[in-house]
Amino acid sequence: MIFRTLIIRDLVLATRIGGGGALAVGFFVVAAALYPLGIGPELVLLRRIAPGILWVSALLSCLLSLDRMFQADEEDGTLDLLMLSPFSPTGLILTKVFGHWLTTGLPLIIATPYVAMTFNLEYGVMMTLILSMLLGTPVLSLVGAVGAALTVGIRRGGMLLSLLLLPLYIPVLIFGAGSVEATLFGIGAQAHLIVLLALLLLSLALCPIAAASALRLHVRS
Amino acid sequence: MLLVGEGLACVRGERQLFSGVDFSLAPGDLLFLQGANGSGKSSFLRLVAGLLRPAAGKFLVDGEIVAPDWEALQTQLVYISHHDPVKPAFSVAENLVFWMGLAGKGIAYKRGTGGGLVAEDSHRALEALGVAGLADIPARLLSSGQRRRLNLARLAAIPRSLWLLDEPTVGLDAAADRLLAGLIASHRDAGGLVIVASHTDLGCAATGYLNFGHT
Repeated sequence: MIFRTLIIRDLVLATRIGGGGALAVGFFVVAAALYPLGIGPELVLLRRIAPGILWVSALLSCLLSLDRMFQADEEDGTLDLLMLSPFSPTGLILTKVFGHWLTTGLPLIIATPYVAMTFNLEYGVMMTLILSMLLGTPVLSLVGAVGAALTVGIRRGGMLLSLLLLPLYIPVLIFGAGSVEATLFGIGAQAHLIVLLALLLLSLALCPIAAASALRLHVRS
Repeated sequence: MLLVGEGLACVRGERQLFSGVDFSLAPGDLLFLQGANGSGKSSFLRLVAGLLRPAAGKFLVDGEIVAPDWEALQTQLVYISHHDPVKPAFSVAENLVFWMGLAGKGIAYKRGTGGGLVAEDSHRALEALGVAGLADIPARLLSSGQRRRLNLARLAAIPRSLWLLDEPTVGLDAAADRLLAGLIASHRDAGGLVIVASHTDLGCAATGYLNFGHT
């Protein structure tokens, strides 16, 4: 199937060129590790600020690789081929988003336990963090695809992309960090996680269509 | 396949590139697009491919109007633009196999010696353009002429009845020119349609000309 081909292509491209996944994880680990180093071994304080810091770091590292999501294909003419393909653009975009999540979101989640240790998070809290990231990072990729599609024709559009996307990432940040805090304070994280799930389903339904329209608009201009 | 365009107009930016263009293509026909740089040849090809939408006019395939989703045309054409969509990180064969998959061509995969995916038809297509010997090398090592040959291998690998060629001979040497002329000739013999924009004579007789002027 073409969707498998496209995912394999994006994964192979990401691993052969480097860039993408490894860079995002590296940034996440380094950015998050700077706080314990800067603040010092204040265990209580670190535990208190960990949810916010880890989620903000995840958000920023996700942004790093987004601007190339469609731009590389636009520059060499592959985007025309994608648009001419008999497969629906929405499906192709969903596939590319999944590829982006596999190379960015998933590695972040795998790295999270190691980073969480530096913040003195215990097992239960860390599990909530991982669960919230499992639900939240796909939203970052999905919403990011719309931003990447809108800025596909702009060279060095990374800054604009950040300005465009960071406000849209706020709900994920609030409920992602909120779920971890709720577990930290022992009041249960179900409510936050359910809202994250709702955000995921909503963006899963809307973002591929919006990104496809943005790409079509770009190709036809 | 019978392709007819009636009263086509194209507007890009605020500028009208052309209007009132009519043409008709029957099996075996070759439509040659002439005109100065910027006169609208490439836009015309993108219009036929459905990547641009006409400001006025319509296309008919076998007497039926091409619907808004353009599917009737897009599933029957190969479009070679002036970009070569080659991924430098992939091998030559992998690039071609990916394009074939994207065009919806079912491919029998088999494990190649280089560990990459190699399709049987892709090898034949690479042979037709004289780049079969390069199948396993990374595409980043190709010269611009070789990249062009690889891109043109799509014509041989993906069987479609309408070929849209935008300056196909740019960067090609004399031998590749002849290979392309041979491909076009056999495509027309098999009842295929070709629309080509070029500043050089391709070595094949056109059945129609569209002049975009400004020369």
